[in-house]
Amino acid sequence: MPVSATTPQMDPSTPSAKATPLQAPAILNFVSAAETVAEERAPSPIREYLSTCGNGAFADRTFATVMLICALSIFAIVLFIFIILVARSRPSLAQFGFSFFTRSAWDPVSGDFGALPFIFGTLATSLLALAMAVPLALGVAVFLTELCPAKLRAPISFLTELLAAIPSVVYGLWAVFVLVPIMRDQLGPFLYKILGWTGFFEGSNFGVGLLTASIILAIMILPIISSITRDIMLAVPTSQREAVLALGATRWEMIRTGVLRNARIGIVGAIILGLGRALGETMAVTMVIGNHPDISKSLFAPGYTLASVIANEFSEATGDMYLSALIEIGLALFIVTIIVNAIARALVWAVTRGAPARVH
Amino acid sequence: MSVNPIQNPIPSAEDQGQLRTPMNFQTRRMRANSMRRYVVNNLVTGLAMLSTVLVVAPLVAILVYLIYKGASSLNLAFFTQIPAPVGEVGGGMANSIVGSAIVLALASSMGIPVGIAAGVYLAEYGRGKALAMAIRFTADVLNGIPSIVMGIAAYSLIVMRQMHFSAFSGGVALAIMMVPTITRTTEEMLATVPHSIREAALGLGVPKWRTVISVSLRTASPGIITGCMLAFARVAGETAPLLFTAFGNQFWSFKLNEPIAALPLQIYVYAISPYDEWHRLAWAGALVLIVMIMVSVTLVRIYAGRGVLKGAS
Repeated sequence: MPVSATTPQMDPSTPSAKATPLQAPAILNFVSAAETVAEERAPSPIREYLSTCGNGAFADRTFATVMLICALSIFAIVLFIFIILVARSRPSLAQFGFSFFTRSAWDPVSGDFGALPFIFGTLATSLLALAMAVPLALGVAVFLTELCPAKLRAPISFLTELLAAIPSVVYGLWAVFVLVPIMRDQLGPFLYKILGWTGFFEGSNFGVGLLTASIILAIMILPIISSITRDIMLAVPTSQREAVLALGATRWEMIRTGVLRNARIGIVGAIILGLGRALGETMAVTMVIGNHPDISKSLFAPGYTLASVIANEFSEATGDMYLSALIEIGLALFIVTIIVNAIARALVWAVTRGAPARVH
Repeated sequence: MSVNPIQNPIPSAEDQGQLRTPMNFQTRRMRANSMRRYVVNNLVTGLAMLSTVLVVAPLVAILVYLIYKGASSLNLAFFTQIPAPVGEVGGGMANSIVGSAIVLALASSMGIPVGIAAGVYLAEYGRGKALAMAIRFTADVLNGIPSIVMGIAAYSLIVMRQMHFSAFSGGVALAIMMVPTITRTTEEMLATVPHSIREAALGLGVPKWRTVISVSLRTASPGIITGCMLAFARVAGETAPLLFTAFGNQFWSFKLNEPIAALPLQIYVYAISPYDEWHRLAWAGALVLIVMIMVSVTLVRIYAGRGVLKGAS
């Protein structure tokens, strides 16, 4: 087995890590330890077959090939999604070309389609959500890694992980029945009173709209950003902290100069990862954004995102052009999230050096 | 630092008193500075605590409200009956629960083997290879692709060809979503298996494939099961990929080739409906869904927290 000394999980100083690759002597007819045990019990037919036939080079090569094929299937999936989305959106690609993304018409009846309102809605909700979530997520990560008493650390990180495990549709359900009324009756009028002069809180406020969608998005991307940021901050060596503290820094100065400054690339990566999640979030947003293709300055106005127009109209789409326009929106979403995620992963990897990402 | 004591070497009149105690050689500016640092430090600590509270609060709010609304709406009929027609009281989501189970079983049977095999390649065969690095990166990127895109892909691939919605296409969409998560956890877990025991097996003449299955995978199995359950919990709540693949069904259906009901889909349909009775059922469904997911996530926590693997590495 090819053992590389760069593997982070291994201590390179141990002799085993530098051992030469071992090859199973495939041609020898031998009795392995595992099979001895098997023979002491009643040998199952499968084991018997394996002990006679499984030792050849053929079995080894077949196994390795199957594993390789499964690994390559991940490439295949991404490539295949791309090809099929391009193929199915061809009518719309041919008719509208690039102007599809700069036109704001959305008229299924006359077959005139443009994605600008959805791009606006997606960007507006995602960026607003980031603006709300990032400071909070950083606060949580700082609290969990640097300030929190050890006893509280596990329960709080468990709670934030639970937050990540709640399905999108349940967030949507909660938002429809709790957040929307709050937005309509308390928070909306309050914001209008205080910030109405900015023009961002004009118009009638039904509770559904860009702002409500942004709030639910912020709640949803918080755990992702905070847990990745926490991992990255944990990757900063303790010696850095100790060195800064030894110079007489307060705890905050230690966090700012010793931890955040070292982890900043990874933190940017975590934020972009959150952005990727926000761009593609579908169900909860669809349920509270109001679903109307408008470009409006007011955050109370209903909007539409790329993902929610697909969710809402796809199964009712009649006609090839309508369907292919929706698939083209999906294609755009696919390409944008791939780019965003690739950038984010590259940044996160730069800090954690390719250690597997945590599962959410 | 803005205040440099060297620029201000002569203490002012009121600092003379301070100078009598040699240990406390501080000018006024230095005191003000350390005061500022002290305040900023406490301020930031307070802000970090506040943000933690702000993050935990919605979770608690959602959970409490969900349990309150869901528990009061749950009854036996929910688990035994199919949805009642509009306007009638009662009915349940039995067909959705079974439908979800079918679609998830389908997705797991496709996604788990491929995911584990890909993880085995990355950890056992691809260490240090550029190809493995590229696959790892692609898996991470695939993990971030929105679920609705998977839905469209499965729709374009299967539904458009067959001309009808099916449980199978929903299973495929969810399986694609499971693969990257399982691949990455499997790889992570296999990497914690010490090389010495692999080498011991190989030294006894066990073929490599056998070593992978009987030694590496078996040692890492608790962690791999954890990864599979996390992936399962993640796709169990997915609605978007099922919207136009499994599509939903108001009646019993066990055929893989037909539209099938699924719990998240039914919750979505009921949540945006105008009927109070359906809202009640949506809350009950959400509670059942979340209990299912939370139980699996918590089990994973307990299982993974036992440290089966931590000692091994």
